[in-house]
Amino acid sequence: MTTLRDHDHGDHGDHGERPEEPAGRRTLPVSDREQQVLDRIDRARRRAPRVREDRITMSHGSGGKATHTLIEAVFLSAFRNPLLDPLEDAADLRLPAARAAFTTDSYVVSPLFFPGGDIGDLAVNGTVNDLSVTGATPLYLSAGFILEEGFPVADLVRLTESMRKAAAEAGVRIVTGDTKVVQRGKADGCYINTAGVGVFERDVTLGVARSRPGDAIIVSGPVGDHGITIMLARGELDIEADVRSDTAPLNGLIAGLLDAVPVPGLRAMRDATRGGVATILNEIATAAQAGVLVSEGDIPVRDEVRGASELLGIDPMYVACEGRLVAVVDDAYADHAVAALRAQPLGEQAAVIGHVTAEQPGIVRLKTAFGGTRIVDMLVGDPLPRIC
Amino acid sequence: MRFVDEFRDADKAHALAAKIAALCEPGREYKFMEVCGGHTHTIYKHGLEDYLPESITLVHGPGCPVCVIPMGRVDDAMHLAARPDVIMTSFGDMMRVPGSNGSFFDAKAAGTDIRMVYSPLDSLKLARQNPDRQIVFMAIGFETTAPSTAMTMLRAAAEGLPNFSVFCNHVTIIPAIKAILDSPDLRLDGFIGPGHVSTVIGCRPYEFIARDYGKPVVVAGFEPLDILQSIYMLMLQLSAGRCEIENQYSRVVPWNGNQVALRAIGQTMELRPYFEWRGLGFISHSALKVRDEFAAMDAERLFSVPGVRVADPKACQCGEVLKGVLKPWECKVFGTACTPETPIGTCMVSPEGACAAYYNYGRMHRDRVAEAVVAGRAPRAATP
Repeated sequence: MTTLRDHDHGDHGDHGERPEEPAGRRTLPVSDREQQVLDRIDRARRRAPRVREDRITMSHGSGGKATHTLIEAVFLSAFRNPLLDPLEDAADLRLPAARAAFTTDSYVVSPLFFPGGDIGDLAVNGTVNDLSVTGATPLYLSAGFILEEGFPVADLVRLTESMRKAAAEAGVRIVTGDTKVVQRGKADGCYINTAGVGVFERDVTLGVARSRPGDAIIVSGPVGDHGITIMLARGELDIEADVRSDTAPLNGLIAGLLDAVPVPGLRAMRDATRGGVATILNEIATAAQAGVLVSEGDIPVRDEVRGASELLGIDPMYVACEGRLVAVVDDAYADHAVAALRAQPLGEQAAVIGHVTAEQPGIVRLKTAFGGTRIVDMLVGDPLPRIC
Repeated sequence: MRFVDEFRDADKAHALAAKIAALCEPGREYKFMEVCGGHTHTIYKHGLEDYLPESITLVHGPGCPVCVIPMGRVDDAMHLAARPDVIMTSFGDMMRVPGSNGSFFDAKAAGTDIRMVYSPLDSLKLARQNPDRQIVFMAIGFETTAPSTAMTMLRAAAEGLPNFSVFCNHVTIIPAIKAILDSPDLRLDGFIGPGHVSTVIGCRPYEFIARDYGKPVVVAGFEPLDILQSIYMLMLQLSAGRCEIENQYSRVVPWNGNQVALRAIGQTMELRPYFEWRGLGFISHSALKVRDEFAAMDAERLFSVPGVRVADPKACQCGEVLKGVLKPWECKVFGTACTPETPIGTCMVSPEGACAAYYNYGRMHRDRVAEAVVAGRAPRAATP
């Protein structure tokens, strides 16, 4: 019966070709009919696995056959690369530099699909951006999925496909992963965690605490697109506007900025996610024990975002972005930095929005378009839960 | 952005600031109260005080719906919400108002079924979806929001929804203004009238302020230029020795109010003999209750509420702030024990609360714009 056990994965012959019998052993003959059946089973088992269910069931998280089918049919087929393919418990990484950056982020956005993106590309771009703003080059990601029983498999396929695209665009590989399933009602469809590893190819150390009075503060594009898109996509407000999430990988934009501004001139970068640009400005003021003065008229905000914010009583400065960065640079390099950002499509609307000041340390002031001045403080409470 | 940017034009603001400064009599101090919390918010959010001469002080008034809800009513609402058969619905700014045992948010986290709604009509949707539960809407606000509660009740009655009721905390603005005028602590030169309330009640109800108390009123819109222009109109009246009710917000406010809205309120609600206001105490005929004809939609009659008066925390000086006697920063606990994260008083909760507005936007050294530096007065040290 050796033919039964002899599954050589290199062998794709399907017309009853039998391997040679090992020397010194006798094989009991199998009748031709039985052998035909065995061959059919063999072929069936070698077929590329396919998830037949329409919805995720508890067995997809059991670690057994269904889990393997899900991994091979959905995750592996989307993320395929030499580091992931062996499906070992951990990926074997060779890093091209001694200094690495390591980060993690969980994604619980609701709804899962929204104009301009979905939880999949958000989960890739978010972690790519967290790595990139430290000055590192992102290389590898992990992807952990927590799925709710009943989650449509088609949706899972759709969002893994957008993860694949986002990873390809950012030039990173998803090298390890995990899947868990929880009972219906114990989660909301799908949560994703991604962790990421990047390497420092240049000798950079950035941090908001390095900001000095006189430094220029730059944003890479219009703020608030993602948050407003999510809020409207929930459909609770009956407001319609042509807005799309700005979710995008920033590593290309940042590489251009690092090329344009020598390291001591570039003090810090942050991606403006939860809490928006306002929160980053406060982090600068607190960490550097300096003041920050920005000008409302210089902060790029799309008309649609401004209009929706105005109606909802929200300040776009606090609204999350997923493809925008705030950079602090020595004022002498401000023009260089803006030009470098504007040279790329993602940074077309980059602008200097204000400066770090010696006056009023710890406080962020905004010169309003009206001509008055006010404080921009850290946000209290959460006006918009589950934004990313 | 159209219909917004026109009302935030810095050039026009400079021009108005110069005209206002020119009307200031040397040596005279001016105090104007903006009654409405929405105005307070605009003033701080746009840094409007930078355009005013130092001799003009804006005093923040009681027109913040969340701020005036007394602790006892929050506790009553919490008592209602804790019933297993009840789903409480509330506007977002009510969620963080502290009662004796925490806020709606705290109760929600502990498992009480409280839902945030954007409109009272959303409560009806919930009522249809949950026929086995009682949906209680926490109705708050002045005449601005009372019509939407009234319309919701009328809609529920027309549909015959048996499981919707209102915990009515609507208040009326005129008695509060009267209480402030009668208060001996405060000398005011005029009022920036509440624009939103006036879209419903019109301008007539303010006539007694000019007639009996000799104070001018200008009903104002909510963009910064609206408010600046209203201050200019008040200054014009004072310099000409006039004392009238004027309507700056005529693009929205009809002189006689909105009769449809007033009728809806009248159909469903009537004045209470008295109502407690946070910090201001009991004011007679200052609030609305559900009419007898709609008793089946009155949560106070459907369910028992404790109705106990709960004293404000001792340290809290919201009352003085609401009356305009104290500036927010003059309160003992402002910004230390009482912050937007850990509010003791209601004025720190709502974005319309004077304390929250000042804490979030205003607590810094300010530079007046050149036009606001009145000739003959020494500019502030901070002014270059």
